[in-house]
Amino acid sequence: MELDSAILSRIQFAFTVSFHIIFPSITIGLATLIAIWEGLYLKTKDPVYLQLAKFWIKPFAITFGMGVVSGIVLSYEFGTNFSKFSEITGAVLGPLMAYEVLTAFFLEAGFLGIMLFGWQRVSARLHFFATCTVAVGTWISAFWIIAANSWMQTPAGYHLVDGKFTVASWWEVIFNPSMPYRLSHMLLATFITASLVVLATSAWHLRRDAQSAFARKGLSMTLWILLVLAPLQAYVGDLHGLNVKEHQPVKLAAMEGIWPARESSVPLLLFAIPDMAAEKNHFEIAVPGLASLILTHDWQGELTGLQAVPKADRPNVPLVFFSFRIMVGLGLLMIAVAVWGLLLRRNDRLYSNRWFLGLSSWMAPTGVIAVLAGWYVVEIGRQPWLVYGLVRTMDVVSPLPAERVALSLTLFVLTYSVLFAVYLYFMRKLIKKGPPDLASLAQHKIGVTASGYALAFTKAVGSTPTQGDK
Amino acid sequence: MDLALFYFLLLGFAILMYVILDGFDLGIGILYPWFHEEQAKDHLMRSISHVWDGNETWLVFGGVILFGAFPSAYAGLLSGLYLPIMLMLIGLIFRGVAFEYRFKSDTSRVWWNRAFASGSMLAAFCQGLMLGAIIQGMPDTASHSLVLITPFTLFTGFAVVAGYALLGCTYLVMKSRDDIQAKAARYGQRLVLVVMVAMALVSLWTVLQSAEIFARWFSSWHPIALAPLPIIAIVCARLLWLDLAKVRANLQAGHIPLSTHEDRPFWLAVIVFTLGFVGLLVSLFPALIPGQLTYMQAAAPSASLWFMLPGVAIFVPLILAYTCWGYRIFAGKVEDFQEGY
Repeated sequence: MELDSAILSRIQFAFTVSFHIIFPSITIGLATLIAIWEGLYLKTKDPVYLQLAKFWIKPFAITFGMGVVSGIVLSYEFGTNFSKFSEITGAVLGPLMAYEVLTAFFLEAGFLGIMLFGWQRVSARLHFFATCTVAVGTWISAFWIIAANSWMQTPAGYHLVDGKFTVASWWEVIFNPSMPYRLSHMLLATFITASLVVLATSAWHLRRDAQSAFARKGLSMTLWILLVLAPLQAYVGDLHGLNVKEHQPVKLAAMEGIWPARESSVPLLLFAIPDMAAEKNHFEIAVPGLASLILTHDWQGELTGLQAVPKADRPNVPLVFFSFRIMVGLGLLMIAVAVWGLLLRRNDRLYSNRWFLGLSSWMAPTGVIAVLAGWYVVEIGRQPWLVYGLVRTMDVVSPLPAERVALSLTLFVLTYSVLFAVYLYFMRKLIKKGPPDLASLAQHKIGVTASGYALAFTKAVGSTPTQGDK
Repeated sequence: MDLALFYFLLLGFAILMYVILDGFDLGIGILYPWFHEEQAKDHLMRSISHVWDGNETWLVFGGVILFGAFPSAYAGLLSGLYLPIMLMLIGLIFRGVAFEYRFKSDTSRVWWNRAFASGSMLAAFCQGLMLGAIIQGMPDTASHSLVLITPFTLFTGFAVVAGYALLGCTYLVMKSRDDIQAKAARYGQRLVLVVMVAMALVSLWTVLQSAEIFARWFSSWHPIALAPLPIIAIVCARLLWLDLAKVRANLQAGHIPLSTHEDRPFWLAVIVFTLGFVGLLVSLFPALIPGQLTYMQAAAPSASLWFMLPGVAIFVPLILAYTCWGYRIFAGKVEDFQEGY
């Protein structure tokens, strides 16, 4: 494969978007958790909730910052690297992105300042309002981005006029056939991902201090959340799979490694090595008929295979196939951890079982990895199309010289590698530092009447006695 | 008024908001190397750490309005300006993460100082370079990478860096006290001279390079109607210089400067920037890519323009309202004790 500018542009987009999604998939869920803790603190006045909120707001802030800076890149990359795509789909996707910025991006940015820095400048209720607004902003943001992405997967509500898309029905564009499934799947994924990060951190602290109230509360809460959401996610994922079968059968064929144009009694492949040249799988480990049962609710059910379309219209099968298995495998592991936690609760060994805490503390990246793997299924599975069945990716790349894209790609790889190492270093540092202790917590309580505020006020007066401020 | 014109003006508004708001916080980054003590660097960063994210959002807003309302201009401009955009984004990445990591670092602080300063300079310079490239005429996407680099674009690049530094100085005069304030006022006085000379040169170059633009400024009654633009700009720059001189004189005499003299320079700088922007608009209207594409040619189908309209009508005023509210909550001088999360 020659490294022309089209391939380089695609690698660059894949790389930058993969890097970006790591951070929102944590912050959407984490913002929600922080809002819940702050709300519980205001309701119950139990300081452990404030401790949780205060502890997690720091990792949240650096994760959010990484998401912001890597997200701005994407909003420009459509134009820089896929100019023809931007030109023909701009009338459909541009307004969706505009609504994202108008209804979500500004909202998050506007209230984030108060959420992070306003603890002593606004009342406790107003601070809670700001935190909730940031959390809701992240959901709204996901809504619009998922709508735009889903339209590229299952385009609807459009006319093609002179090779450009125009909109016939905005309702159909936004609520296109795959959008509700993808949105629920993704939002659940972010809540699960954030819960896993909190779970792992709490477990890590419990292994050092079994009495830590903060870690106990964090572990217990996130395990309840996972117990509900992880199985629910499997169910939503199944519905999403049925939706893919209906609208993107070739993608489904790649996910399941099905080669014949039509196959009945399709086995579920636990493992295989798909061979795109020979159009078959090697080393299959299969459960007969199970794929048919899951996808058609009939052991003999018929599914479409890759040979139903020409070779040029197939995605990279091994990538889709393995990504899908990694996602599902990790999902099953998450359910297992949640159920194990429930069993340990009954014998009151939840906070002391070292095997369980050990496994839990390794669960931190599993949510992120599953999200990435899931998006590889979605995005690589859509290829060679950019707008499914209508626009081929290779036809809409900017006519840039290859060396220019190579330069920017190199810069992104260097920048992001350094920043990712830095991010992990600071996350580790913040997590190891542990929560603010309950005694000093009083000094940075929420609201203008907090003692921290008084301290600040005295300092301000004391340091500049002749201050002529307005 | 037709919808395409409305979006053209909205795009202009978004760019102007971006230039002013991110201008002053990029300016703080540009000034960073001239404030040597770590305490002063803390102070500078603390003065903008709660607003930089919101300010940068206007850049994204400008981008998506261009994408949604003028897709072919979005495609043409962004692919044509590929390298400066990519370098600007890299610059913005480094300065953006510096906010988060600098306050949490011990040994690596010096590196975050560098990342913050060089990222801010790179982003500002690239924006100036793009401004110059748009005025002088966009090269073809496939042409050589270095055609964008001309004496004129280099000059506009440095001019924008100086301009943002001026905004940063006036913001600091408003938000800080004592030594930092004095230093900001001193640099601000020098920078306002540099910026005025640069604006005059760029304006002259723009007017002289094209007969069409020349005619727009100098035919029949036009010079009289347009004369207020440069005149008000010069008056504002003069007032700005005088205010800063008073701030410095007060500080030297050991007095606290009057708050009018502290606050007004920022708003005067905003007026100067706005007038410069209006002047640019006068020269380039109705072009989105001068010589290639007007806003009428680039406009998206009316279904798209209508769809965005309620969103713009409802949310832009709302955004302005809560942005102002956010600034009010953090009004007054920046305090140097640990405050926040």
